Amino acid sequence: MTKKHISFQLNGRPVDALVEPRELLVHVIREQLGLTGTHIGCETSHCGACTIDLNGDSVKACTVLAMQADGGDVMTVEGLADNGALHPLQEAFMQEHGLQCGFCTPGMLIRAYRFLKKNPNPSDEEIRTGMSGNLCRCTGYQNIIKAVKAAAEKMQSA
Amino acid sequence: MSTSTEKLEREEKLEGIGCSRKRKEDPRFIQGKGNYVDDVKLPGTLFADIVRSPYAHARIKSINKDKALAVPGVHAVLTAADLKPLNLHWMPTLAGDVQAVLADEKVHFQYQEVAVVIADNRYIAADAVDLVEVEYEALPVLVDPHKAMDADAPILREDIKEKADDGKGAHKHPNHIFTWEVGDDEATTQAFNAADVVVTEKMYYPRVHPSPLETCGCVASFDKVKSHLTLYITSQAPHIVRTVVSLLSGIPESKVRVISPDIGGGFGNKVGVYPGYVTAIVASIVLGRPVKWIEDRMEHLSTTAWARDYHMTGALAADKEGRIKALRVNVLADHGAFNSHAQPTKWPAGLFSICTGSYDIPVAHAKVEGVYTNKAPGGVAYRCSFRVTEAVYVIERMMDILAQKLGIDKAEIRRRNFVKPEQFPYHTALGWELDSGDYPKALQKVLEAVDYDGLRREQQEKRARGELMGIGLVTFTEIVGAGPSKACDILGVGMFESAEIRVHPTGSVVARMGTLSTGQGHQTTYAQIIATELGLPSEDIQIEEGDTDTAPYGLGTYGSRSTPVGGAATAMAARKIRDKAARIAAHLLEVSADDLDWEVDRFKVKGVPGQEKTMKEVAWAAYNNVPDGMEMGLEATNYYDPPNFTYPFGAYLCVIDIDKCTGEAKVRRFYALDDCGTRINPMIIEGQIHGGLTEGFAVAMGQQMPFDEQGNLLGNTFMDYFIPTFVETPFWETDYTVTPSPHHPLGAKGVAESPHVGSIPCFTSAIVDAFSHLGVTHMDMPHNAYRVWRKIHELGLDKHE
Amino acid sequence: MIPSEFEYHAPHSVAEAITLLTQYPEEARLLAGGHSLLPMMKLRFAEPAHLIDINGIKELKGISEQGNVIRIGAMTTESELIDSALLNEKCPLIPAVARLIADPQVRNRGTIGGDIVHGDPGNDHPAVMLALDARFILQGPEGERTVPANGFFLGTYSVGMAADEILTAILVPVFASSTGYGFNKLKRKTGDFATAASSVVVQLQGESCADIRIALTNAGPCAFRAEAAEDLLKGQVITDALIEQAAQKVMAACEPDEDLRGDAEYKTHMSAEMARRSIRDALTKAKG
Repeated sequence: MTKKHISFQLNGRPVDALVEPRELLVHVIREQLGLTGTHIGCETSHCGACTIDLNGDSVKACTVLAMQADGGDVMTVEGLADNGALHPLQEAFMQEHGLQCGFCTPGMLIRAYRFLKKNPNPSDEEIRTGMSGNLCRCTGYQNIIKAVKAAAEKMQSA
Repeated sequence: MSTSTEKLEREEKLEGIGCSRKRKEDPRFIQGKGNYVDDVKLPGTLFADIVRSPYAHARIKSINKDKALAVPGVHAVLTAADLKPLNLHWMPTLAGDVQAVLADEKVHFQYQEVAVVIADNRYIAADAVDLVEVEYEALPVLVDPHKAMDADAPILREDIKEKADDGKGAHKHPNHIFTWEVGDDEATTQAFNAADVVVTEKMYYPRVHPSPLETCGCVASFDKVKSHLTLYITSQAPHIVRTVVSLLSGIPESKVRVISPDIGGGFGNKVGVYPGYVTAIVASIVLGRPVKWIEDRMEHLSTTAWARDYHMTGALAADKEGRIKALRVNVLADHGAFNSHAQPTKWPAGLFSICTGSYDIPVAHAKVEGVYTNKAPGGVAYRCSFRVTEAVYVIERMMDILAQKLGIDKAEIRRRNFVKPEQFPYHTALGWELDSGDYPKALQKVLEAVDYDGLRREQQEKRARGELMGIGLVTFTEIVGAGPSKACDILGVGMFESAEIRVHPTGSVVARMGTLSTGQGHQTTYAQIIATELGLPSEDIQIEEGDTDTAPYGLGTYGSRSTPVGGAATAMAARKIRDKAARIAAHLLEVSADDLDWEVDRFKVKGVPGQEKTMKEVAWAAYNNVPDGMEMGLEATNYYDPPNFTYPFGAYLCVIDIDKCTGEAKVRRFYALDDCGTRINPMIIEGQIHGGLTEGFAVAMGQQMPFDEQGNLLGNTFMDYFIPTFVETPFWETDYTVTPSPHHPLGAKGVAESPHVGSIPCFTSAIVDAFSHLGVTHMDMPHNAYRVWRKIHELGLDKHE
Repeated sequence: MIPSEFEYHAPHSVAEAITLLTQYPEEARLLAGGHSLLPMMKLRFAEPAHLIDINGIKELKGISEQGNVIRIGAMTTESELIDSALLNEKCPLIPAVARLIADPQVRNRGTIGGDIVHGDPGNDHPAVMLALDARFILQGPEGERTVPANGFFLGTYSVGMAADEILTAILVPVFASSTGYGFNKLKRKTGDFATAASSVVVQLQGESCADIRIALTNAGPCAFRAEAAEDLLKGQVITDALIEQAAQKVMAACEPDEDLRGDAEYKTHMSAEMARRSIRDALTKAKG
């Protein structure tokens, strides 16, 4: 199958790739573009480990074709920190013990990033529904909720 | 500034034992810089994908690789016939059986590995898998373990059918694996015959799967020139993997380097050696290139190690006051097609004999019978010590049932039967020595915290209105920290644990352990142990695990053994260093070591204020100014063989409201009190408890691996296999007491598995409690809406007027 | 889980997409949100030789009011339905349903049109469309036609449109006064399809029921209306006793398949329970 050329913004920088039409965006980001922070957990769009930000929305990169990112704007966990300064969400996940094995963490962070953009001052219940597309097997979610809340408060006061 | 304040400040700076310091592993994870197996990228890596059986039981008539081999980018297609000359088509299991690496003439379960395709990338490999043509002849399928030993049952294991006895007792039937008995059968029978009251209940603990978020996989890289194999692998036990790989391949252990990098959760699933690993290794040896194998979620759920699948019958004999006279448990264990249970060698049913629980039971007998069926092999400890979850489930269920039979409150029946604080160390009827505990205190604290009497009153009022509310209660005792090597080994290697600590001249430390963190935060907690023992800040202590080239041999992390065994090894190694440091300090201060006191981070000359040397100063001296005859340097290694297991315990209470129309059960409240002895990092402990409770919730309320009559696994994606999300997961309340272990150097017992082990029977207790006034004594898991509604419907509680 | 090879097309207009569909009969599939199709392709249950991605077609997007009808572009995502002020004000049933579909990320991709034409009995919008008495605009080589939702759903993965037609928009009536809706869905967990769900729209005239539509999800081979139950309630002052009779009629109309969510008996009872709840909710809302 002939490969197609695509280009898009990845964490604020232009990137190019040659891809087969069937290639999944998550594979291209991880394998061709070398950013392995985005993980693959279930491959059926249930676990959210592969969550990225595509054109301002959270999506599951295991169920998006790389072709569909052509011309788009992609952000992954590697794009959260600003010039080495951690994002308040990253700080809060550390402070509130919102991660254990770390495998779901990039997806959680990038989802929480977009969620807080749309709902800067969420209740616990809103966090639970807003984050419900991301599975964690380690934390029982309770500390992630605390972390998202703490980050929201910090970002509000900033 | 008072001396004590100054001392406290120095203590705080160490961030040692008891401090909720933030985790040292987090910075890499929150920045997407973790290094998991699928992130490992070696030049020239090929990708392996596996051809799997659609049948649960079938004879392989033929395999045609031609079309697959014709696909550009395909390097090899391997079958059992290709592995046979290398004698790698079968491999030993942890339980003394063998397992097919690639199906040899027959398939024994659906999705069994039949062939492996090696290609340039995962896309080409997947295409080629579709093109491998396998012709099968379907055979009769054995799904129900109760029928496994019927005269007309299909014989599954033709490869071992002639083997009359494998040392685990005579085989009653070719599908019979073992019968294991413990306790005094005759005395138990006598106690039952003489008892005022006897209760018996059958219960099924369903087959469930640990399913960490990262599936299993590996990268095998064989260097033909150096005859050296490097293996990156999702393993909770890299050192044992190295031994197994060496035994299988004939490559000496010194030329096998196994690396468990960051692991995305294990929960017992990543203990064993899977066919995918072996085929990747073989392919790398054959092709001389790195080979990566990463399974997908369906493969993971269908073929890697599951847990439980115990059909249990429990019975208690008691007097009229509810004092237990005897316990009897019989189990039929469905082991699947190969006996790949993960357990210490001498324990075919793991540590199931902890089933006397927290109670003073004079006599008991337990019998476990294992059989083969046409299902995937497995039987691991899913976030528990080997078979302890099943044991705790049966005794806690039976306690409720006895209470119900006698009309005694379920808290009171427990109080009457507890092993009392003054009875420790307590020898159980089935042979364990419980190290320490204060069960009544734990229970009382929970009952008061939740206003138990108030909840019971509320339940009375609700029952009067026809509403369903259940209160679950569990007072469990676990057995973890395997284990004393006289009792426990894995493939002949004693279950010790190891630590090697090096203190550098400037006082920073690198320490390596044989365990392997899969999210528990070892890099943090081990550093805290060393910080307290050596008086050096945990911030400057670097912990490394998982590389067999650098770390000392260890048995790995499962069965809550890291803190009880690995933590002990760490403390003991640190103490060796402190002993040497004391002698160096004495030399520097020109006194005898006996004249020194250790205080937080320094040695002080007794009675002479100001005469002192900090550990940091001693570290420097260790490399330039040691007493005559002493070796330079400041490092130590300890291989710790524990004198006993540790026995964490807890009291859990759960309140559930059930929707009579749909069967949905809502956990309104869950209060978990854990006693894990000395608490090293309370923040991490609480996180472990949240996680364990959530996994327990998943098991109790929804997880199951159901099979149809043809042995097809129903529901092997996250659509059907229940992993609770943020929305379903209850809010957890946690509490603790501290009863240190008397034999552990730090008094610590291990905690991560207690919440899983303890919560599961607590959910069942609550669900059944909602119906107990209607004569219901037990309901099997999972307590999903459908199954709960079945009970509601059967009792006619869903009548609409 | 890797899809087979296919040729990828990304047309910019409906006409272009229809041309492609005509060009590759039998071999082409439209890619909307992709959260049903791509997993099926990854499992190789679906192996289209040509994939026509219609995400780039602007004319398929957007929600607008046209008289007493709201027009929803077929490629409007579930998230856009939830966020639509217009729908929340004038046809709040649709956002209420969308909120309970899948999870936030999936709702950012999943579209109302994809959900409708996929023909999966577990999808939620078909029953909603029946309850709303919606109409669908279909465009094909021969031009455009408008068909009612009622009669569109023929069976599992079977809907009343030709292989070279595209659903371009959905027309739903603006809620009249004294109209209320109810939607209740029982599912095992977030991200699951319904064990049972019911969408109800009721219009009152004074105290009595002028019109009612009761539609069910996952209670048969495709979404359907429980017409016998509707007939029982129409023209009546709806009492608890009548709701119970209607629930019995709902049960008689159900023929769900057994799966891990439950057996046919359970699902039938749950369909009735969801209908009871939705009728009550709809009445409460209609009474304002």
